Amino acid sequence: MTASMISLDSLASAKTSHRRLTIAKSSNCKSSSCGSTAKPNDIDAAVWEKIKDHPCYSEEAHHYFARMHVAVAPACNIQCNYCNRKYDCANESRPGVVSEKLTPDQALRKVIAVANEVPQLSVLGIAGPGDACYDWQRTKATFEKVIAEIPDIKLCISTNGLALPDHVDELASMNVDHVTITINMVDPQIGAKIYPWIFYNHRRYTGIEAAEILHERQMLGLEMLAARGILTKINSVMIPGVNDEHLIEVNRWVKERGAFLHNVMPLISEPAHGTYYGLTGQRAPRPIELKALQDRLENGAKLMRHCRQCRADAVGLLGEDRGKEFMLDQIPGELSYDDRNRAAYREVVAQERSIHAAAKSEAIEMVKAAGPDGSLQIAVATKGGGRINEHFGHAKEFQIYEASPRGIAFVGHRKIEQYCRGGWGDDATLDAVIVALEGIDIVLCAKIGDCPKKRLADAGIRAMHAYSYDYIETAISAVYAAEFGVGPLTATA
Amino acid sequence: MAFKIIASQCTQCGACEFECPSGAIELKRDNYVIDPDKCTECEGAFETQQCAAVCPVPKTCVPA
Ligand code: SF4
Ligand code: SF4
Ligand code: SF4
Ligand code: SF4
Repeated sequence: MTASMISLDSLASAKTSHRRLTIAKSSNCKSSSCGSTAKPNDIDAAVWEKIKDHPCYSEEAHHYFARMHVAVAPACNIQCNYCNRKYDCANESRPGVVSEKLTPDQALRKVIAVANEVPQLSVLGIAGPGDACYDWQRTKATFEKVIAEIPDIKLCISTNGLALPDHVDELASMNVDHVTITINMVDPQIGAKIYPWIFYNHRRYTGIEAAEILHERQMLGLEMLAARGILTKINSVMIPGVNDEHLIEVNRWVKERGAFLHNVMPLISEPAHGTYYGLTGQRAPRPIELKALQDRLENGAKLMRHCRQCRADAVGLLGEDRGKEFMLDQIPGELSYDDRNRAAYREVVAQERSIHAAAKSEAIEMVKAAGPDGSLQIAVATKGGGRINEHFGHAKEFQIYEASPRGIAFVGHRKIEQYCRGGWGDDATLDAVIVALEGIDIVLCAKIGDCPKKRLADAGIRAMHAYSYDYIETAISAVYAAEFGVGPLTATA
Repeated sequence: MAFKIIASQCTQCGACEFECPSGAIELKRDNYVIDPDKCTECEGAFETQQCAAVCPVPKTCVPA
């Protein structure tokens, strides 16, 4: 356990790649062929090759790999009622919000700086702050520059779909093999409530007509991508009372047209953001409403449950944002790409991953075998690597798992405000954390103080740090076994 | 006959820049500005002024 654990932890912090490799080689993985066994059984090998290092397309990969977004595409051709491009608040974390817009040359510098410093980096995405396909010249120039320097980085874009059909062939020729389309409706009547206008063919359209055009272009773009084998993720914003029920229909449509993943995200609407929905008091869904909808979609297109609704300039592992470390004025003018950090990291991950995969499937079998009924909702504090390695008070989010006779499934994450700041826990924040943990039975973390532990217990939530640094699934199986009356599994991690 | 951009409202998204058929819009220092000598109000090119039609902020591209 310890050897591989130390190696992954050190990867995130140590500066020298040599040390990393030495640690990696001394880890206890004896098989030389390991590294490929993490592939889930329900995914075919060619697709797995494409997604295995992509934190958004593979839930498993998001424990190991990081993405970065560069904000090179500020122009947009539609207006969504949940977006306001007029204000840019540095304290917000939501799509469309950025701290600085970049030119393609500035973006290249930033990508190189991040690639040198963040070995987990595997994906470069362009997600706005406007629309990557509409602002195509800048998107394309950025990709071309980056690929010339860092050929193995994966490219992906995010788009509203209106201009997408015009660029599918170029996307294919640049090997962009991941595209996200935001599709909130297939019924233009509903679309008209979400999109006040679009700009298409040199004029502005409004109302149903606008929604019809957008809908047709989205479906066409999706079909064109699927025909070329480009993986698509559909993002849908869940807007209670507007399209929440309708998303079941959306899921069916996109599945029929070859969408690879469907990601249902909660609306973000606060009055302070100045969006139409924020100002009209449209409410956001609660976490359990979101989960209930996701559960109803379970038999449709495969669901993404680990999306963090990142800023359009986010950097790092999902759930963390290191963007502030890489603002333009902190990046040296002259930079060259050094591939050693990323290469060394990949080598360690390949080994660590297969050990983790084995532990995980053992844990899942164990839970399946444990008993006929009984289900637990478990919140985990983690910094990555698939382990319980974050203190309760330092967590900025919890990853949520469900253990049931069907096995162990990742079901989502919940953002919280960090409870402990500078050694002191704040009571009001703890109250908010407890609210955010609605419906959770058990919290697993690396460490927790007696006081918050008791407060959680009063709210019916059991917090444990007995499994700190174990693999998440291994710990869950042990908890589950203890709960539903079978002998505990020996720690394999 | 020209349009202008109300600088305090503009988000610097740049959409108007590449939609303008006359090449009249440019980023000067930190603001997008319309060159009144080049702006044709899109006469003869499109039925509506492109800058005003694409701009996400109401009343930002307006007659000068
Ligand atoms: S497509 Fe994106 S950038 Fe454009 S209005 Fe909608 S959310 Fe905003
Ligand atoms: S917004 Fe979602 S899909 Fe996009 S990078 Fe973040 S986690 Fe991935
Ligand atoms: S009115 Fe037409 S020509 Fe004039 S600046 Fe706007 S887009 Fe350009
Ligand atoms: S379209 Fe509007 S907001 Fe965008 S740059 Fe032009 S004037 Fe500014």
